[in-house]
Amino acid sequence: MSEEALRFHFDVDGDDFTSAGQASVQVKKLLRELGVSTDVIRRVSIAMYEGEINMVIHAGGGKADVIVDETAVTIVLTDEGPGIPNIAQAMQEGYSTAPDNVRSLGFGAGMGLPNMKRYTDHMEIESQLGQGTVITMRVDL
Amino acid sequence: MNRYEHSVCLDVSKCNGCTTCLKHCPTEAIRIRDKHAVIQAERCIDCGQCIRVCPNQAKKANYKKLEAMDGFRWKIALPAPSLYGQFENLGDVDYVLQGLLDIGFDDVFEVSAAAELVSAYTRRYIRQEGVKRPIISSACPAVVRLIALRFPSLYDNIMPILPPMEVAALLARERAKKDHPELRDEDIGVCFISPCPAKVSYVEQGFGSYKSGVDCVVAMKDIYFALINVMSPDKVPTPVSHSGMIGISWATSGGESSAVFNDSYLAADGIRNVIDVLDEIETGKLPHLEFIELNACEGGCVGGVLAVENPYIARTRLQSLRRYLPVSQNFLPEDEHNTIPEELLFGDKPVCRPITRLADSMVESMRRMSEIHRLCADLPGLDCGSCGAPTCRAFAEDVVRGEAATDDCVIRLCEQLKAECAELRRRRIGPVRKEKEE
Repeated sequence: MSEEALRFHFDVDGDDFTSAGQASVQVKKLLRELGVSTDVIRRVSIAMYEGEINMVIHAGGGKADVIVDETAVTIVLTDEGPGIPNIAQAMQEGYSTAPDNVRSLGFGAGMGLPNMKRYTDHMEIESQLGQGTVITMRVDL
Repeated sequence: MNRYEHSVCLDVSKCNGCTTCLKHCPTEAIRIRDKHAVIQAERCIDCGQCIRVCPNQAKKANYKKLEAMDGFRWKIALPAPSLYGQFENLGDVDYVLQGLLDIGFDDVFEVSAAAELVSAYTRRYIRQEGVKRPIISSACPAVVRLIALRFPSLYDNIMPILPPMEVAALLARERAKKDHPELRDEDIGVCFISPCPAKVSYVEQGFGSYKSGVDCVVAMKDIYFALINVMSPDKVPTPVSHSGMIGISWATSGGESSAVFNDSYLAADGIRNVIDVLDEIETGKLPHLEFIELNACEGGCVGGVLAVENPYIARTRLQSLRRYLPVSQNFLPEDEHNTIPEELLFGDKPVCRPITRLADSMVESMRRMSEIHRLCADLPGLDCGSCGAPTCRAFAEDVVRGEAATDDCVIRLCEQLKAECAELRRRRIGPVRKEKEE
């Protein structure tokens, strides 16, 4: 990553479900100003949106860091939630542990993590039970 | 590139540099410089929002006066359907059309009639394969320009069919030449009666290489006063109206899209709502839709700044006017190939000049963005507008572009002055203290 990379930090509030997804809107605006292609903007904003929602639903919020350099957009999502016990299982389409109250809004279809992987060029999950999860995603420019 | 000439403009003598328009401009096209507003031509979309909010009536629209038609031997009026919603107790559209003839027009061609043909062609266009979806209506010129400036990736979604005003102009000329073969092209003058300043700019500007068939755009509010003088319920009009429910519904938001006879559409009105919807389409978050109707004005064209009546009242009047009308009165000849005649299509669209990017190259954009962010962190974040930019963020952009100086921030300057005063005071008191210490 070059030294001139741009870094943006967002706190994802876990208390207010209605504000979930705000950071991805901000990132979309920033990328547009940088002249990033629409396809990349779309992929970044969907992947980031899914990740943000996950942190709100499962981990009581967290932090989102977005790093832009000349080659890629990197998104790092960090939370101090319960961790993911079985990552392979969580990555399966349709697998979800989301509570009923968010399902009524259309979340909890078990497509969050699979979509994050699908829309990015690289995704890495580090998770410690009881400590939290760090997800790093990269979309190449 | 040629400079874009706008209808929306400023009367400097009336502007006191208050920041009202600054705060309401959806494309951040206004700055206050030298104590008055300045409209940045490359960003303005002629939506008329600033005209609506200006407390001093300093923002206005340029348009032609009716006298501009004097030079033509055969004068044709093209009333926008929203005109019918301006009058109280109007029993029939024909009273308005008769009124137009009575104030000196030789013929009237309803834009609502042309709109019904555009609706029929739109249904054909939707059936075509390989068309970029969702299809976005081309009728609102402010929206078309907004897309060109801020949503370039959706530019090809704009339906290439001419808007009803242009189709009406073509058909009206054709009719004039057929009925009066003695008329030369230059004898015929086509005058659009507009609720909207963006139509004025559009006609002056053309659209890409397409030159508008309208010769002159006059304001609905001007014509309104001429019309109420001649219109009378006792004078039975010659029945000439030839439009149905569909055509008249084009005046209000949702009218155009209801005529595509397809549930898969969305209609949004009001420039902020339009921007939100375009944002959603661009991100791909909306479900599959066939057709999108967007109107910059709240309520649709009845909400235009050159209209007289409150848009919601106008809408209600239009509802009763169209109640017993046939669904449509204008039809296309049968055609199993779904053809849309070449002359009703835009040959090309204007060159798209997006304004969202900070610079032409990614590297330069990144450099500017980090500078903007550094500067933003130093600004008060009040978005007070005193510097002449609508937000602290826009101000930072102006500074980085070299169009403003950091000292223009009144709050920052004030803090600096306070600090300097404190420093002066400290210095003045300083020696006294020193003496004491000694």
